[in-house]
Amino acid sequence: MDINTIFKDLQDAFGEKILALDAEKSSPEKITVKPDALLETVSFLRKYADCPFDSLLSLSGVDSGEELAAVLHLYSNQGACTLAVEAWTERENPEIDSVASVYKTANWHEREAYDMYGIVFNGHPELTRMFLADDWEGHPLRKDYVPADYWHGMPIPKELSHKMK
Amino acid sequence: MAKIHSEEMFINMGPHHPSTHGVLQLKLHTDGEIVTKIDPVIGYLHRTFEKHAENLTYPQIIPFTDRADYIAAMNNNWAYVMAVEKLMGLEVPEYIEYLRVIIGELNRIASHLLFYGTFGLDSGAFTPLLYSFREREKILDLFEMTCGARLLYNYMWIGGVSHDLPDGFIEKTYDFLNDFYFRKDGKDAITEFNQLLTGNKIFIERNADVGVLKPEDAVNLGVTGPALRATGMNWDLRRNTPYSIYDRFEWDVPVGKGLYGTVGDNMDRYLIRMDEMIESAKIVKQALDQLAGVEKVDVQAAVPKRVKPDAGKEIYFRAENPRGELGFYIKSDGSLKPSRLKMRSPAFCNLSALSEMAEGWMVSDVVMILGSLDIVLGEIDR
Repeated sequence: MDINTIFKDLQDAFGEKILALDAEKSSPEKITVKPDALLETVSFLRKYADCPFDSLLSLSGVDSGEELAAVLHLYSNQGACTLAVEAWTERENPEIDSVASVYKTANWHEREAYDMYGIVFNGHPELTRMFLADDWEGHPLRKDYVPADYWHGMPIPKELSHKMK
Repeated sequence: MAKIHSEEMFINMGPHHPSTHGVLQLKLHTDGEIVTKIDPVIGYLHRTFEKHAENLTYPQIIPFTDRADYIAAMNNNWAYVMAVEKLMGLEVPEYIEYLRVIIGELNRIASHLLFYGTFGLDSGAFTPLLYSFREREKILDLFEMTCGARLLYNYMWIGGVSHDLPDGFIEKTYDFLNDFYFRKDGKDAITEFNQLLTGNKIFIERNADVGVLKPEDAVNLGVTGPALRATGMNWDLRRNTPYSIYDRFEWDVPVGKGLYGTVGDNMDRYLIRMDEMIESAKIVKQALDQLAGVEKVDVQAAVPKRVKPDAGKEIYFRAENPRGELGFYIKSDGSLKPSRLKMRSPAFCNLSALSEMAEGWMVSDVVMILGSLDIVLGEIDR
């Protein structure tokens, strides 16, 4: 399936909400959409004509330093093609559509991205932390994260992470 | 007779329960003995792999991938270095590819052997573990001969491997494969395994028809690997999106047929892994046969001194691991360290399907269903 056709079909359906196509630097090709258009884009791709993207391979949170993003990697078993869909959101109140209603596997991936980046996925059935304790402060994979000194009176070791650098 | 009033009960299983294969806590919601919902609580083994990766150079990350799925560390190394090689556009010599296939497939056998042993333990059979470890030990000895380590290898490097095959490795591997599957006198290890466990009536009763997963649900839930093939779906990355040199070998993709019950039940997931060991043995044998005709090179010659992918490049690469599809999403900012590295671990996604699979089954079946998913907590928690 040709990526330009998919991109054009998406633009025809959603207009300005589809922002950009990156076919050079990204493998697989990546389509950038507005954060509030992610769910309808993905629902559209899920039922896309010859190439229904029926499986979500991975959903990753990303921090560029200024903005946060969720990158979805979709795969179509019928059309045998892979596609990345990306949505950037602001740092202060990061909100992106949840796709858990389309792909059940997104449930845990979104909880992980919420845990690590603090991205709120609108419409997620129960958005709680995945790995860290519920009362952990901050979102560790953000570039500006500074760990607290103590958690429940226990010192948080930092020496090791400094030596790594 | 008056109806017995029952209300939902809540049971904690783990984090120190012997059947959870590590530190995993399952919150079981039950109606009497019947499970209605499971909330897995993970993160006990979280070691901030992805945060570490942002502070390490690309080659320094390789040992960390060992520690994610420590049962199949070679395959984890391999998937990561392939992702970085693709990101850089680095070609790997043919000889290296053969070494990687041989070592990787041997590790797949070792991983499935551990599954065979522990799945037996879960169902109350202790003896299979001893037999599977006897065979697994032979593979670990081969790895020790090759790179000095028995569990965490750091063997696959970007553009090469750390050591060439030592003297005697090829003969010993042929001997192992012969004892494992290829001898025709009925004394091979696979036949022994099948006699010990596969045909056992108690084992079949506990696993046939239990925890059935349908293919469309499996795809939607992100289930991959043997658990996906057990649903009857013919899907193997080594076959469907061939990477490395897998297109040079003749082998079959085992698919669930429901021999003892329904397609996609526990028994199918078990049988798939038993068949996969045979297929891996076939691949290793063919790779060893073909290796004689491949030009030998210095295994570290193609290893780049500085791994520095172009700025702004990113890749999502996935490879077929013993537990399913291991994906690496790597984003480069042009420096020596990745700006983002995400590991899509197969066991993480497989575990998220547990609640749907175990719904309607008894608490004791949860142990078997969890066992049949063959999870490794190191990889789930990262």
